[in-house]
Amino acid sequence: MNTSVNIAGVEFKNPVMTASGTFGSGMEYGSFVDLNKLGAVVTKGVASVPWEGNPTIRVTETASGMLNAIGLQNPGIEVFRKRDLKFLEDFDTRVIVNVCGKSEEEYLEVVRVLGEEKRVDMLEINVSCPNVKEGAIAFGQNAKALFSITEKIKKEAKQPVIMKLSPNVTDITEMARAAEAAGADAISLINTITGMKIDVNRKSFVLANRTGGLSGPAIKPVAVRMVYQCVQAVKIPIIGMGGIANAEDALEFILAGATGVAVGMMNFHDPMTTLKVIKGIEEYMERTGCSDIKELIGAVR
Amino acid sequence: MITEQAVVLSSEKLSEGIFSMWLETAVAGNAMPGQFAGLYPGREDTLLQRPISICEIDKKAGAIRLVYRVAGKGTDWLSRCASGDSFRILGPCGNGFDTKKAEGLSLLVGGGIGVPPMLELGKALADAGKEFKFVLGYRNSDMFLYEDFAKVSGEENILIATDDGSAGVHGTVVDAITSSGLKAGTVFACGPMPMLRALKGYASQAGIKAWISLEERMACGVGACLGCVCRTVNKDEHSMVNNARVCVEGPVFDAEDVDI
Repeated sequence: MNTSVNIAGVEFKNPVMTASGTFGSGMEYGSFVDLNKLGAVVTKGVASVPWEGNPTIRVTETASGMLNAIGLQNPGIEVFRKRDLKFLEDFDTRVIVNVCGKSEEEYLEVVRVLGEEKRVDMLEINVSCPNVKEGAIAFGQNAKALFSITEKIKKEAKQPVIMKLSPNVTDITEMARAAEAAGADAISLINTITGMKIDVNRKSFVLANRTGGLSGPAIKPVAVRMVYQCVQAVKIPIIGMGGIANAEDALEFILAGATGVAVGMMNFHDPMTTLKVIKGIEEYMERTGCSDIKELIGAVR
Repeated sequence: MITEQAVVLSSEKLSEGIFSMWLETAVAGNAMPGQFAGLYPGREDTLLQRPISICEIDKKAGAIRLVYRVAGKGTDWLSRCASGDSFRILGPCGNGFDTKKAEGLSLLVGGGIGVPPMLELGKALADAGKEFKFVLGYRNSDMFLYEDFAKVSGEENILIATDDGSAGVHGTVVDAITSSGLKAGTVFACGPMPMLRALKGYASQAGIKAWISLEERMACGVGACLGCVCRTVNKDEHSMVNNARVCVEGPVFDAEDVDI
């Protein structure tokens, strides 16, 4: 049985990854998950300098999901290289580093530094975080801005570039096409959907940031639809995510045309979700007589 | 830290909205006072763990006791569990109280739903032969767990403060401490933020250490999501900014180190 997939020339032992921001750099989940079993570890977004993130309350549960407004707190690229990338050297899995910035120059600085890092297999560019005021999503909600930053990053990047798209747009295929036209090697979607929760007892917003990004099983049908639409719109490979809780969910994305899939919020529900998804995909292939997972990618048209 | 199915050994209502539950779980093996466990209610719409402080640990029986307040759908579900029911647990989480830090007379201060973790800490200090007293703050004379505390320390070593004056000192736990004239060497505390702030001030004035257990909205419970941070006075070594994770670096902090 062959579960390996290829995304922009990079071979993955299976299509199952962690969604950025839900798994740290893998360290915190090391006692639950053998990282060697994962297709890839996608790290939490890292910027050129440490970011404080938003004030608390940063997270709140919603029906079959959660809202977060962490605000991309991160230790900055220098500590990330020395600590997180060093930690990942010991594992046989692909490493995709999620990159964030408040300006074009900040993104490019991180991309340049990571270009020297052999442990980094791919870059995922976060132009879709809804929780920071500057940069980030400003690049991801306008096709021209997305094209421009993608083009600049592609010029500097030593590793293949994945642009992570926001669902908070009128037409996500327009964004997918802009990323492709600017030379992106792949796209990943969806980032969280902007939401809000109000505390009726305190008569105020639950999150200090007022709005947050919705993730978890609640958003899965939206994510599957958007992945399917983008698959029809572009030729570059797609990594699908949004509420994946089990193998059946992951297979929905794969059948819709995703080459890779990522488990996000459900890592918080069960630290072993990724492993269960991998095992479940193998069982499904066995049961349905599928010898190569590539036969399943985009099988539903 | 592990995650597994925990089995309910017993469950009872202690007071209005306050429930107690003994769970059979391997989490008991490494658990320390002041740590917490994440409980996943068996519902499809409540997916995050409920972080609950550990009230008692019975290592021989492989069991822990959790005393919690019903605050929403998840804790309501937990409160309806009966002996034999099971749900998934994550733990033990966080750093817990370090009994070696107890110097002189330790005051174990609990306020409201911050009262329960003081019980196991008291037992641990008693085992270590350390001198301590409990200071418990309640809304009124409906003092859940009071008998359990009395068994550990004797009633004469419990100070009570109530919001309505129906038992003990009419006022805050700090009022109870100052009016007692006790000279504390160390403070261990868990409770609402105004109480912790007041205790930080009290300890600072008295020139003693206060170890306070903080609470924050939490998602993963393992340090990955960065949801539950608290502000720190100095740059935190992990985050490289003035934020520490309550679930990993905490929930217990040296009061001097946190900006509350």
